[in-house]
Amino acid sequence: MPRRVAIIATGQTKHAARRLDVNIRELISEAVIRALQDADLTMQQIDAVLLSNMEPFEGFLFPELWAVEGWGGYMKPSVKFNTGGTVGTTTAIAAYYYVASGIYDVVMAIGFQKQSEGHTQTAITTVGDPIWERSIMAGAIGNFAVMATTYMHESGVTEEQAAKAAVKARRNACLNEYAHLQMPDITVEDVLKSEMLAYPVKRLDMCPQSDGAVAVIFAEESKAQRLCPRPAWVKAVATAHEQQYMGDSPKRLAEMRSLIAASRRAYQAAGITNPRKELDVAEIYEVASFAELAMYENLGFCERGEGGKLIDMGVTELTGELPVNPSGGVMSTNPIGATALIRVAEAALQIMGKAGRRQVEGARMALATGYGGNAWTDIMILSREKP
Amino acid sequence: MSEESPMLRVEFFLNTEYHYAVGHYGTRFFTELRDHARIMGMRCPECGRVYIPPRPVCGICYRELQEWVEVGPEGTIVGWTVVRIPFIDPMTGEQRPVPYGFAIIRLDGASTSLYHFLDETDESKIAVGKRVRAVFREQREGSLRDILYFRLLED
Ligand SMILES: [Zn+2]
Repeated sequence: MPRRVAIIATGQTKHAARRLDVNIRELISEAVIRALQDADLTMQQIDAVLLSNMEPFEGFLFPELWAVEGWGGYMKPSVKFNTGGTVGTTTAIAAYYYVASGIYDVVMAIGFQKQSEGHTQTAITTVGDPIWERSIMAGAIGNFAVMATTYMHESGVTEEQAAKAAVKARRNACLNEYAHLQMPDITVEDVLKSEMLAYPVKRLDMCPQSDGAVAVIFAEESKAQRLCPRPAWVKAVATAHEQQYMGDSPKRLAEMRSLIAASRRAYQAAGITNPRKELDVAEIYEVASFAELAMYENLGFCERGEGGKLIDMGVTELTGELPVNPSGGVMSTNPIGATALIRVAEAALQIMGKAGRRQVEGARMALATGYGGNAWTDIMILSREKP
Repeated sequence: MSEESPMLRVEFFLNTEYHYAVGHYGTRFFTELRDHARIMGMRCPECGRVYIPPRPVCGICYRELQEWVEVGPEGTIVGWTVVRIPFIDPMTGEQRPVPYGFAIIRLDGASTSLYHFLDETDESKIAVGKRVRAVFREQREGSLRDILYFRLLED
């Protein structure tokens, strides 16, 4: 039997397009020190550290080695993960497994990326198979664009509805002191009029590139109860992968098979039958406005084809029935190695009642997702109640 | 943290070459493409799916694939875009010329789809469900570039 595990503390940096005031080590330690302060722990009390980063973006191999003093890893058991868009949730799930297994009691997961130091679109284009896809695809944006046209065709979602998701994200971000993009006055019109990157994706439909780091501390039951007045218990975790060629699943956005598989597995483990009613808040990995709407459908928040209707009805607004990304989401903050772990941290803050101005009142059940290259999904469900 | 920050940065340029093996299945595919302008897929004996690119196993049934079948050269657009954002092409290290049309194409007889270029950049003329046809290069070399692009067919 796995042990019960909870998140007891989090720490984030101020995320920004360029953090020229720090190098990567210093950026990481900013998040780590905040998480330790949040838990009232010292680095000596952390049993193991897991790291989340995408190596090609800064052009470093083994950042976990040269950054040791940044993350307090001197002589600690440690592993670095590198699983694309999901890397932050992969690392969170691994931290959960480390503690649930009984081998370690207190484990820190750290995510970091300094996108300003490399060429993200070029690095992401290397996701494509060099023999079959790479010469055609255009970074993350081009990939999302070809899938968004399919999704619009299948679902009848409009550019206006996608723009509403983009506006919601940027306005929510203004309630989050750590968020990168703060655009309080943004309108649907602004999004629709922003530069066309690759039809139908416009500049304001896309996530930014950010520098940032996050740290999340997981603990076993007795320590969690002693160290934290209201821990966020890990209720369920799940992952799923599908085949790798982009054309194997042309409806990747309209029909996110790995998201469907992983979420249904997690819902079952958490005893959730109606996610829209039973979840109080969701922090999802929506790298583009169109993806958010598609995710509503594939996470079972609404019927297929109704993602646009859900945003029209305001269901996912901060004051709605199921707030999605009160933090501002990936659309407002995207330091890739940290991004999915920020979803977990934000979901935990909601359960802990520590989300400040973006707090969803009485949040008891929260969902966090990671989503990679449209082919694999991680899910973590956190709860006020012990599993 | 502003743009006018006096903070210093160092510049570093990494330029390196890679050589990727195409493998048995890819070599057969590209040889057919080069010598006969034929596009070949592989059929799964279990589920009947016809795969492009060709590969040794069906990922879903996990059965070995051995039967080659010809697909295309016509197909249907499943997803498309016109790329307008300039970015560095990791194949060449140069900025890729924009705009260009690109689509997910379901070739006739195939169960999976192919990423490839479209010869159209006017968004109002492209749509999911439109028919396209491969345009082959005259002098073929045995790579995906032997298909220049897909041309939109009249409705
Ligand atoms: Zn099969």
